[in-house]
Amino acid sequence: MEETRVLNELRTRFPGAVRDALSLAGDDVLLVEREGFFRLAEALKAAPLDYALLLDLTCVDYLARSGCLEMVYTFLSLGRNHRLRVKITLPAGEARLPSLAPLWKNADWLEREVHEMFGVDFEGHPGLRPLLLYEGFEGHPLRKDYPLRRRQPLIPLREEP
Amino acid sequence: MSDRLRKSARTESMLLNMGPSHPAMHGAVRIMLELDGERILNSEVEVGYLHRGFEKTCENRTYFNLLPYTDRLNYVSPLINNVGYVLAVEKLLGLEPPERAQFIRVLMSELSRLADHLTCLAAMSMECGAFTVFLYMIQAREFLWDVIEATSGARMTASSIRVGGVRADLASGWEDSLRKAVAETRRVLKDVRGLLDKNKIFLNRTRDVGVISKEDALSYGWTGPALRSTGIGYDVRKARPYLVYDRLDFEVPTGERGDNYDRYQVRMREMDQSLRLVEQAAAALKGCAPPVRAADPRLEPGEAIARSRFRRPEESVRLSPTLEGAEKDLMPGILADDGRSVVPPKEDAYTSIEGLIRHFKFFMKGHGLRPPPGEVYQAVEGGNGELGYYIVSDGTDRPYRLHLRAPCLHLLAALESLIRGRYVADIIPTFGSLNIILGELDR
Amino acid sequence: MGFLTTTFNSLLGWARKYSLFHYPFVTACCGMEYMSAACAHFDIDRFGAGWTRFSPRQADMLLVVGTITQKQAPVLRTVYEQMTEPKWVMAIGACAVSGGIYDNYAVVQGVEAVIPVDVFIPGCPPRPETILDALLKLQDKIQKQDQDWRWKRRGS
Repeated sequence: MEETRVLNELRTRFPGAVRDALSLAGDDVLLVEREGFFRLAEALKAAPLDYALLLDLTCVDYLARSGCLEMVYTFLSLGRNHRLRVKITLPAGEARLPSLAPLWKNADWLEREVHEMFGVDFEGHPGLRPLLLYEGFEGHPLRKDYPLRRRQPLIPLREEP
Repeated sequence: MSDRLRKSARTESMLLNMGPSHPAMHGAVRIMLELDGERILNSEVEVGYLHRGFEKTCENRTYFNLLPYTDRLNYVSPLINNVGYVLAVEKLLGLEPPERAQFIRVLMSELSRLADHLTCLAAMSMECGAFTVFLYMIQAREFLWDVIEATSGARMTASSIRVGGVRADLASGWEDSLRKAVAETRRVLKDVRGLLDKNKIFLNRTRDVGVISKEDALSYGWTGPALRSTGIGYDVRKARPYLVYDRLDFEVPTGERGDNYDRYQVRMREMDQSLRLVEQAAAALKGCAPPVRAADPRLEPGEAIARSRFRRPEESVRLSPTLEGAEKDLMPGILADDGRSVVPPKEDAYTSIEGLIRHFKFFMKGHGLRPPPGEVYQAVEGGNGELGYYIVSDGTDRPYRLHLRAPCLHLLAALESLIRGRYVADIIPTFGSLNIILGELDR
Repeated sequence: MGFLTTTFNSLLGWARKYSLFHYPFVTACCGMEYMSAACAHFDIDRFGAGWTRFSPRQADMLLVVGTITQKQAPVLRTVYEQMTEPKWVMAIGACAVSGGIYDNYAVVQGVEAVIPVDVFIPGCPPRPETILDALLKLQDKIQKQDQDWRWKRRGS
């Protein structure tokens, strides 16, 4: 089966990095350690695995549940028409990860967004600055502890007449 | 200009701001340019002017309630966003909608895709100066929206595609109105081809402008018509068929050079394919028509409620015409019969206690649509590419995390490299051909 | 004398209401309905407001179309202040009127918190006919209001 071959190859090349492989709702998911992640990503991009597209890069906040943030990467291989999801668990105090910007160019913007929304730091990123939020916005809105309605207006708003 | 002068003259670059409120910036994008005369040395794109907190809001709404929020993401093709979200939730639930609902979903998706491409090319042409094309295409879009409005009640943000099926069956008379819309769109496409395909001015503005190579397009994560214009024929409808696309016959047009003109051509040819899909879906829907009622033995609602005090009435209830499509005998065609995730028919809710309890529990806080814990990623082919929903469910009635894979984000990330070294006037068709929809990008 | 001034007032009002140049500050989904209202099917040009001026200096009606986020609010204030008198503002769509379905950290709950508004158009999105109806109401308002003459002393 497709994902078993990929998984086997990755497991043999990176014995420490790949923790587990699952199949969730029809998708193939790899649980990976942080240390070997960048080399794993390089291997995914290169032939013969050839995951040419970094489809998505996001984060889920499990701080209240298990004290960690979970990064979720989705890769697509056009040749083999296979989508792979890679998940990395980051403990709360060490929300750092190597940046994938040298490998995939869209990682630049995606990581900026995760940084401003969740506070994850990406080492080696060309310039981590806010993408969707504005200068002066404090806090990380998509974390569970940020209240939904805490507003930080840029200009003083008029009173209701 | 003499060489001596050119070498000795100081050139200082000028910083120009194409601000968040700009006629050619569809929506609110800010491009800051460093110019040498008219040539762009460097640029920086700033987004976030339409960041409406969609993902955070969705964590605070039930699965059923957040459906209208998904409409407003890619607001030129709203029903495709609906389809993506609903397919993701159905994947979590393991629910399979009935076949008629699938065909209606395909029809609505393709009408939305037509509206998306029409709007994109209309805006792009208007900004290049072809105002007639804009008026023609927006008028064709009106006819498409008439079909959607007759079915769902809203022209644009319809929210008529629900978990388990669709909310309302096609309105009576839909065949004529659809035929008119398709004929009008075909006429408009023919006219636009005559106006723009070999138009010297349009070619000068779009040929070899905004060129991207295959490797760069893949590295930026491009999908959809923009990627297909470079020659890579990746379409989610063919690669990972969803709904009933694997039973329908259509092609995926590709370009060659990855410039603006190829993106225009790919969109035009995709519209032809969408029209084919619309016709096929319409033929299939005519084929599996809902059961026709011979006489009309239905009761008036007051009478039915009065009778139901004693025992459940045998006859079905005549509901007001505005609830057409929610009638019990039409429901099997358009909504799956699943107590957890679908609103019960109004006849049951008004006349029987089980129906009332089911209705009540569907909408009650903490109950209702509760997918089992898990996560899912579902992608559909949006107007701009692979539109993906990543939903993490923790078993409650609200999503733990809902993330949208917005195709426009990846398209716009490449803009800075597309316009470097070109003129300011080249930004306009490049930006227009990428079809940046801020609702989706900023979420 | 009073007769002449009131006649001139209404003449000025008539001229102003039928020659509105609008500046569409389009951000979100309502922009699609604005486009429909401005194009051939629902033609806003019939009412004299067809010319879209893409510069605040040249426009006298600001159409705030779509959601205004906290990041966009200073831009809206700047554009409004750049417009010259007389000017009117229409808030189109539920998001511009009151924040719409978005009540969170990122969205301004109604454009009125940023600039004064003359006409509020509810709807998500409003039909083009609603926008045209609102335009007619604004035209009534312009006709009836006390026109701002250059030589008239302010406050008198």
